[in-house]
Amino acid sequence: MHFSRLKIFFISLVCLMGFLTALPNFLSKETLAWWPDFLPKKQLNLGLDLRGGAYLLLQMDAKELRKDWLDSLRGDVRKQLRDAKIRYTALGQTADSVRVKLVDPEQTSVALTQLRKLAQPIGGGMVSGAGNDIEVDTTSDGFVRVTPTEAGIHQRSTNAAAAAIEVVRRRIDAVGTIEPDIVRQGADRILVQVPGFDDTGRLKELIGQTARLSFHEVHPQMSAEEARQTRIPAGFVIYPDQDDPTHEYLLQESPVVYGEDLTDAQPSFDSNTNEPVITFRFNQKAARIFGEYSSRNVGRPFAIVLDNGVIDGKRDVKVLSAPVIREPILGGTGQISGSFTVEEANNLAIQLRSGALPTTLTVIEERTVGPSLGADSIQAGILSGVVGSVAVAVFIIFAYGLFGIFAIVAVAVNLCLIIGAMSMIGSTLTLPGIAGLVLTVGMAVDSNVLIYERIREEMRNGKQPISAIDSGFDRALATIVDSNLTTMIAGLVMFWLGSGPVRGFAVTLCFGIIATMFTAFTVTRLMVSLWIASQKTRKIPAPL
Amino acid sequence: MSLGVFRGVDFWPHNKTFELLSFRRPFVIFTSTLLLIALTSLFTKGLNFGIDFKGGSLLEIQSKSGPVDIGDLRSKLSGLDLGDVQIQGLDRPEEALIRIEEQPAAEGASADEVQQAAAEKVKSTLGESIEIRRVEVVGPGVSNELKQAGIVAVCFAFLGILLYVWFRFEWQFGVAAIVALVHDIALTLGAFSLLQLDFGLNEVAALLTLAGYSINDTVVIFDRVRENLRRYKKMPLKKLVDISVSETLSRTVITSGSTLFVVLAIYLLGSDVIHGFAFALLIGIVAGTWSTVFIAAPMLVWIGVKRDWSGTGSAAQPAATAKA
Repeated sequence: MHFSRLKIFFISLVCLMGFLTALPNFLSKETLAWWPDFLPKKQLNLGLDLRGGAYLLLQMDAKELRKDWLDSLRGDVRKQLRDAKIRYTALGQTADSVRVKLVDPEQTSVALTQLRKLAQPIGGGMVSGAGNDIEVDTTSDGFVRVTPTEAGIHQRSTNAAAAAIEVVRRRIDAVGTIEPDIVRQGADRILVQVPGFDDTGRLKELIGQTARLSFHEVHPQMSAEEARQTRIPAGFVIYPDQDDPTHEYLLQESPVVYGEDLTDAQPSFDSNTNEPVITFRFNQKAARIFGEYSSRNVGRPFAIVLDNGVIDGKRDVKVLSAPVIREPILGGTGQISGSFTVEEANNLAIQLRSGALPTTLTVIEERTVGPSLGADSIQAGILSGVVGSVAVAVFIIFAYGLFGIFAIVAVAVNLCLIIGAMSMIGSTLTLPGIAGLVLTVGMAVDSNVLIYERIREEMRNGKQPISAIDSGFDRALATIVDSNLTTMIAGLVMFWLGSGPVRGFAVTLCFGIIATMFTAFTVTRLMVSLWIASQKTRKIPAPL
Repeated sequence: MSLGVFRGVDFWPHNKTFELLSFRRPFVIFTSTLLLIALTSLFTKGLNFGIDFKGGSLLEIQSKSGPVDIGDLRSKLSGLDLGDVQIQGLDRPEEALIRIEEQPAAEGASADEVQQAAAEKVKSTLGESIEIRRVEVVGPGVSNELKQAGIVAVCFAFLGILLYVWFRFEWQFGVAAIVALVHDIALTLGAFSLLQLDFGLNEVAALLTLAGYSINDTVVIFDRVRENLRRYKKMPLKKLVDISVSETLSRTVITSGSTLFVVLAIYLLGSDVIHGFAFALLIGIVAGTWSTVFIAAPMLVWIGVKRDWSGTGSAAQPAATAKA
């Protein structure tokens, strides 16, 4: 039962750390404000169920993502074949590939080579052997087929998720007063948690507003009316004008440049007309593409198209303006005029700046907790914790006397360690987490019970107090480790597979088990050892 | 300074060996009856899944002006055409829960969207005098996934426990432990089914916790059995298990007692949200303690365990090693 000075020092140090890291949780914000910097200040994060807030789980539309990609692939295929002067008859797409039939089957191998140039290596070529994002082959019925690979689709959705998270964050941040916590969950989901904000309606509005800008080529000869009367040429679509819906434009479906390539958009005023406009700037890649395009098309109009997403079940796409290119736009900056009011220009600029969602997001799970319920839960949690702990303390002191007090002190240290550790790593305390804490009290007592019962047993077998205490601790060790590790397995599985509240509970439980094993063999043992040392006579009284 | 000692009350009749295994029959009958009731209820009534697993919406409301008039609320909400809408009063009369069943997909809108629209409709119908304290909307896709994840979690926890006990003891111990666990889970689920309590994600967490707790309890006794197997090489297994259970019974009672105090406090004083969770633990702790003594231990005798434990481990050294 002997503890070296060094050991005593380290055990006390751990206890002190536990106490100091747990302490801020019991102090008010004002007290913490003047808390010295060298002391830990972090408090436990309270889960949404405790402090109130909104929780939204958003699902990306994988099908739409794939379709968008196929749409743009189709445009790329057309361009690639046209540039290589390979003539084709039918260009279409199925659910998972783009298919094209060549006029002259002799050109198949040339076409394959040309189309394979469209492939991008996965991971931007940083990862060797990862393959390409698309595959090009021929089908048995004589089509040349371009198919996105699984890895390619995965990469796309990863990128889309990252982009979507950014967009959602910026949109919610625009409100300014709320601090969202946005993380990716699984392959195609985004979890948004906003503490202290329980208006999910407003939140959904913020997230849902989409504005996707793109720059399209206007059909050089045919007008929209002519196209409607005869036939809409392949690869072209008709969109109405924003101000005058009866006026329509025939545009190339795949854009020259996407709104995602905008790096900046600001409201300003046109220097000549003093009309509100939006000035924008492209990123390098888009600036180059648009520069080339505008050089080739001086004197022709191009269309700036705004896609507002789905409104009332219909896709709302409008042409903001279709200015004529007067000179090549080489610097990557430009301006959009569309007879906006100042406010419209402002809003549109914000929407353009915060970018477009790369895909539709559907809310598939929604939970809100009002602040009053959260406060009630905390109170109820604390009350039940206090009552439960006092009951246990009384029971244990009744059963073990002084050693029972040692056990209670050990359990208190245990709680401090758990709360302290959870505060330091910034994990979140949820309602089941409080239950986990309270349950830990019950279970932490068990290790002490095991030790004490063992000591009693050894004494009944005729051992002297000191040797009974000694072998009591020794023999209980294996049992405590075994029983706690099996519980830990359940805890780890919960952490690994669980989500939300289950996970919060698992964290508490696992910390609780580790702390329990620590305190039973150091703190309780140290107290018992100090008690033995304090005995004047060599013959110490029976402790239990 | 000499620190005196005051001793606690050792109320347990330690010198008594309870011949629990000799009275096996009544316990077996009792346990089987309970299990039968639980399983019958599970297969006929089934579990009353909460919206986590069933999908749908749940709103917890609090009236700002006196008790909630549930009849009035019901007539208001029935006009909304939302299918099955349940209204349940809570402990405090000014509070109530509203449950809206899962909504089918409508024209031009997915089931998820309709589901959320339904919750919004209810919110706006309730008016100003009612505060909405909690809203949960779970779409159909998510609820299925949560259910699957729940089942997978329980299975993996069981597997992990089986492997660990097998590794630390022998396979017979692992099997006995799992049988006891299945009993605990079945009884708890049976209680939920009988009383038709909401079964959601929190309750799965409770199931896993009680699995952990029950196995903890079981392992303590197994540990003693193993120790006694090393000590009494010739003793009949039945007597050996009886002794082991009796020797650890005082600990079992004190630990279960103190854990029960705590869980009882959560159950009685905790908030509504945690009620089901605490109830599951309450049942589970009683069942877990019961199954350790009356299922796991007898199973060892029934399956039979290896008798020669010499050379494994070093726990059986009766010699005192006092160093103090």
